[in-house]
Amino acid sequence: MGINLEQFHQVFFEEALEGLDSMESSMLAMEEGCDDSEEINAVFRVIHSIKGGAGTFGFAHIADFTHVVETLLDQVRSGEREITKEIIALLLKTVDCVREMVETSQSGGDADPDLGKDIIERLNQILNKSTSSEAKESLKQESAEAEFAGIGWQISFVPHKQMLQTGNDPVRMFQALSELGEISTSVDITELPNLHSLQPEESYLKWKITIKSGCREESIREIFEWVEDECDLEIKPLNNEEQQEQSEIQEAENKELVRVERRNDPENDRRKDDDRRKTNYGRRKSDSAGGTSSIRVGTDKIDELINMVGELVITQSMLGVLGDGFDMSKLEDLQDGLTELERHTRQLQESIMRIRMVPINFVFSRFPRMVHDLSEKLGKKIDLRISGETTELDKTVVEQIGDPLTHLVRNSVDHGIEMPEERSASGKPEMGEVHLNAYHKGGSIIIEISDDGAGLNCEKIRNKAISAGIISENDELSEERIHELIFHPGFSTADVVSDISGRGVGMDVVRKNIVRLGGNIEIKSKQGHGSIFRISLPLTLAILDGQIISVGKEKYIVPIASIIESIQVKPDMVNKVSGKGEVFELRGEYLPIVRMHEFFEVEEGYIDELEKGILVVVEGDGRKCGLFVDLLLGQQQIVIKSLETNFVRIQGLSGATIFGDGSVALILDIPGMVRQATERHIEAV
Amino acid sequence: MTEVAEEQLNEELGDVTIDEDQYLSFELDEEYYCVDILRVQEILGYTDITRVPNTPRFLSGVLNLRGAIVPVVDLRSRFSLDEVEYDKTTVIVVLAVKTMHSEKTVGIVVDAVSDVLNVSKNDIRTVPETGAKVETEFLTGLVSNGSHMVMIMDIDNLLNPEKFMELL
Repeated sequence: MGINLEQFHQVFFEEALEGLDSMESSMLAMEEGCDDSEEINAVFRVIHSIKGGAGTFGFAHIADFTHVVETLLDQVRSGEREITKEIIALLLKTVDCVREMVETSQSGGDADPDLGKDIIERLNQILNKSTSSEAKESLKQESAEAEFAGIGWQISFVPHKQMLQTGNDPVRMFQALSELGEISTSVDITELPNLHSLQPEESYLKWKITIKSGCREESIREIFEWVEDECDLEIKPLNNEEQQEQSEIQEAENKELVRVERRNDPENDRRKDDDRRKTNYGRRKSDSAGGTSSIRVGTDKIDELINMVGELVITQSMLGVLGDGFDMSKLEDLQDGLTELERHTRQLQESIMRIRMVPINFVFSRFPRMVHDLSEKLGKKIDLRISGETTELDKTVVEQIGDPLTHLVRNSVDHGIEMPEERSASGKPEMGEVHLNAYHKGGSIIIEISDDGAGLNCEKIRNKAISAGIISENDELSEERIHELIFHPGFSTADVVSDISGRGVGMDVVRKNIVRLGGNIEIKSKQGHGSIFRISLPLTLAILDGQIISVGKEKYIVPIASIIESIQVKPDMVNKVSGKGEVFELRGEYLPIVRMHEFFEVEEGYIDELEKGILVVVEGDGRKCGLFVDLLLGQQQIVIKSLETNFVRIQGLSGATIFGDGSVALILDIPGMVRQATERHIEAV
Repeated sequence: MTEVAEEQLNEELGDVTIDEDQYLSFELDEEYYCVDILRVQEILGYTDITRVPNTPRFLSGVLNLRGAIVPVVDLRSRFSLDEVEYDKTTVIVVLAVKTMHSEKTVGIVVDAVSDVLNVSKNDIRTVPETGAKVETEFLTGLVSNGSHMVMIMDIDNLLNPEKFMELL
């Protein structure tokens, strides 16, 4: 058969990597003391399916490796072995190792035969140590053996009629039994029918077997394992009623256990689904050669799209019919049709955008492991809390925010949280806390990394900046400005350059990356109490709702998400501040006014008197200001086009778009404008 | 390809030799300039251009070239020549400009395009220090085309957006 298995390889790799991710998080949950059999089962399933897949697709080294892991996990799962820190640590290493194996295979590299050897060795060491239950078992066994030494078991074996048809032969079982000890059998042939009605493929006999052996009941049951469901089997120790009862009870208990487990199954499945969903957008291959990244999309989203396209086709054909032989009497129908078309197009667009949205968990999921490893290395005690991990944002943003976030978390762990002794000395709990949070705010996504560590040391930063020549000794800077200094290129305060952080390339790159995504980062820090790094990112990169405004003859677009309200001011609301700044009072707040025609040097045709135009109150970076414009025109969804592709970044603009008539309109960079306005305002004051 | 075959091919191609390039020449305030024709992407009639604030005056603005936003430089304004009404010969020549890291598409407004010149490398002369309305740093050479001189414009130098934004 000409099935080319290679076409499934990619699927196997992706599933394996996703599985490993979820295994990793389960392991970490277990380490935190979440002793949940569900977690163990999930981990077992992951390893089991990787092993299966690897075997099928011919990755023998992965299969062999995972087999050993599976053996260990199976013992843990069945409760034979208690899970220890040692095992968890080893399993975490296993995850790395398997991941490396999978990634090597994925990029077409040859397997490194030594990879994972030491892990296998350690796994085998653990496996060779007798398991806890085995130990108990053997104790029990010893006493049992002492009691029943030389006595043995009485077995009643009644095969069901169809047992032979499944290919099981009693003779072989008896042979196996005879290997355990001396056996004597008696057979009951009362059921045997007359020869003419005898079906040669059916079994009519009942056996009673006595075995004289010190063997365990399990060994006997093992022999009958394959026919368990096809016979009535009773095993009694010879001459010991009590023991029999006990085994019956145990059997009943076992059944109970099975039932309980079964009952858990639906939940099991649901959980599995959850896991899948969580890891749906799991690690994409990033550095391996060739291949495109893929995205898993829920079928419900696809169905929705298909539905919508269907609607669109219907609307289109409706309009087509209308177009043939159109006269003015059908104008209303045409308008209805166009409205419909507009609605469908918008829905279609929204659903397609939703496909690109992925939960931020894609990035967050790597941190528990990282913090765990780092804190161990540094000897710190750190509790990582994650919230808002289901917050969705554009896939491109999620992919590119990973590195800056990693850097920030690393910083919090390395520089932020103090050593346990230091913490208790300053009256804090030994366990430091790093909190990752993501949430929506307006048209942005906010990601916060906060810690309750030492906070930024203003004095140290200042000195460092002076010695690095970034500021001069006489500069008087506010605390906020000093905090900002850490974003300066080539700034690092770590006294010792560690391999974790503090190589001097750092926060400036972080900020650059975030700004490139159209986002922003700010710091709030209090010495001794901790710091908060707050990143705000745009929801999506491609499309936004825009308010068209006009100034003179020019039109600009303000992202609706940044507009708080639009008002017409009365003269008594406005105050001129010394210099050129103007402020207006809005519900007790004094906000600077930005005259668009001044800001953009519009030459003519603009409205100069504040009362005649409109003040659009906008917010960016948590600060507000009023944009003074002539008119508010329509609102429209706009496709963002980069100015930088063929040009450069222009102050006050975040991009451009193309209107329906083909003309270009520019989109205002509200955060930038607000920043400039407030700075100017502050200078003026 | 064997040497013999190569010779044959050269013979067949006749007078089109490898060191001859084609240039598109255009008019600007009664002087002639040209650019490497391989850099010309298209020639558009003058259309509406959106002014971009906070840019130098000579940047007319940006236009929509099939969905791409393309900056347009008015060469008259760039070299502080007299402003004239745009008329029906005024065109925008869209050029590919190489910058440090990438290639950008930039348009220039010129009075009129005139013709395509075949120029052999040997015919290109160095630019004298003075004489043209365009500063010599933006010219790479000059060629004579019968009655008049045509100056070859260094568009990578002249039209690099990062560079001309410094003139703001």
